[in-house]
Amino acid sequence: MVLTSFSGTAKIEIRGATKVYEAKTGSVHALHDFSLDVADGELVCILGPSGCGKTTLLWAMSGLHGLSGGDILLDGTPVTGPRPEEIGMMFQDANLLPWRNLRKNIAFPFEIKRRPIDHERIEMLLAEVGLTGFESAFPRELSGGMQQRASIVRALAPDPAVLLMDEPFGALDAFTRDEMNLLLMRLWSETSKTIVFVTHNISEAIFLADRVVVMTPRPGRLARIFDIELPRPRTIEMTFEPQFIELIQEIKRTVESGGRHTVEVE
Amino acid sequence: MSEVPRELRDEIPSFDNEPGHHDHGTVDWTGLTSIRGAKSALEVGTIVAIAVAVFFGLEGILRLSDTPAYIFPKPTAVVGALTDDFWLQYGHHLWVTLQEFFIGYAIGSTIGLILAAVITQKPFIEKVVAPYVIVLVVTPMLALVPFLRVSLIQGVGLWPIIVAVALASGPMVLINASTGFRRTDLAKIALARSHGATTFQVFRKIRFPLALPMIIVGYMVGAIFGLLTAIGGEMVSASEQGGLGRQLIYFSSLIRMENFGAVIMIIAALGISIYVVFYSIGKRWASWES
Repeated sequence: MVLTSFSGTAKIEIRGATKVYEAKTGSVHALHDFSLDVADGELVCILGPSGCGKTTLLWAMSGLHGLSGGDILLDGTPVTGPRPEEIGMMFQDANLLPWRNLRKNIAFPFEIKRRPIDHERIEMLLAEVGLTGFESAFPRELSGGMQQRASIVRALAPDPAVLLMDEPFGALDAFTRDEMNLLLMRLWSETSKTIVFVTHNISEAIFLADRVVVMTPRPGRLARIFDIELPRPRTIEMTFEPQFIELIQEIKRTVESGGRHTVEVE
Repeated sequence: MSEVPRELRDEIPSFDNEPGHHDHGTVDWTGLTSIRGAKSALEVGTIVAIAVAVFFGLEGILRLSDTPAYIFPKPTAVVGALTDDFWLQYGHHLWVTLQEFFIGYAIGSTIGLILAAVITQKPFIEKVVAPYVIVLVVTPMLALVPFLRVSLIQGVGLWPIIVAVALASGPMVLINASTGFRRTDLAKIALARSHGATTFQVFRKIRFPLALPMIIVGYMVGAIFGLLTAIGGEMVSASEQGGLGRQLIYFSSLIRMENFGAVIMIIAALGISIYVVFYSIGKRWASWES
């Protein structure tokens, strides 16, 4: 009960998360003593260069693999395996199943969970992302942006409280990425989900997040947390304002210094 | 931040402890079944016109040169021979060959598919089994028919050829289906796992559909090899009931080349049927890949 005493405010608690991979060439220290609390309904972006262990962290949060040390708690209980009722996961690229049409791709989570398909909610979400009428289309017939929107609908359809997103828009062009970010923000403000969003794009992280968590390269450690106090709803125009550019520069310096400077100060 | 060395980039975590068990690429399905089919009336018309031209061109040349039938039978004579006493000369033997083929193919392909699903679960088993599969694939099984005829308890009847057909088609299905099951897409498996999928659900909803195009390729190659083995087996050592292969030997030994040509046409029709069947199956179940 000592551990769960925090959970009044924190939806997700990460306590000293450490992960070491055993590879042929020796062990790789991917994540070292990483701690973070994510509040209920918060949108946190985890930012860092490739190889900083942010995907490792997210997969551990989703219960897809374990940690070498430390704990991750969701609603006060340790995550030891997938928690499909509470957590929705979005992967790099849209990750749709190419042999299923959109309707069947979106029904996939319900099939796995053996739950009745929530047609009403799916229709509402499809309308929300502008995919009504494309239910019978196969992924290869859709643009990257449309595939990504279908992927969002698939993740949201079972209505998980937590959404873990692993660089979902990394493969999209800049315009489509902006469009997806706006869509995600709108859906988030309407559904009040807790979102942890992993990215290596600084501007995307600032644009989306309540807080940007910067990680150091391997071993992945917490470099610094930036509170983003830009007003909501946010617009693309905000990304051109001096305040926004300044934040980008500051975060870029933190990433480049690997957080060494800031950690010493703190 | 882009200067991070390659080896430091995020590895996608794997579910087993076996590294190097990666995606084996997509199937070049196009080579086997996705040749763009003729669509327009012009294309279809041209194809038919060529067939007609070859048929009557050959007929004309053979008539003009007065070639005897034992050197090359006239196409019209072959067609005529086909309709002459069909059941006794061909129909019965077609039925015998089809029985050997279908029973052997059903047994061989089923065992091949199940074995492929099993051995690809563990790289160790796969590596141990692989050389034996290769031996089975490269050995022409029709050569076994005389041996099976002597050694099998039921030395007579259809079984020696059924066994040879199974031995020829099974490894083809096994080797192709294994390639299919080896294609692991970690992101898709992780997607299923994140929704709480069991190992069996992962197999049924991710691994199997991912492997399906290669499985169909295996079934098609297996069918072609199976038919080849059935006909060849009958030529080498047919049962007392005959079969199309034995009819080939029989007619050629009597120099009845019109009848010989008729049997060849039936065998060609069988081959075309196999192609058409798998073309439609591929189009229906594996078109997402092309």
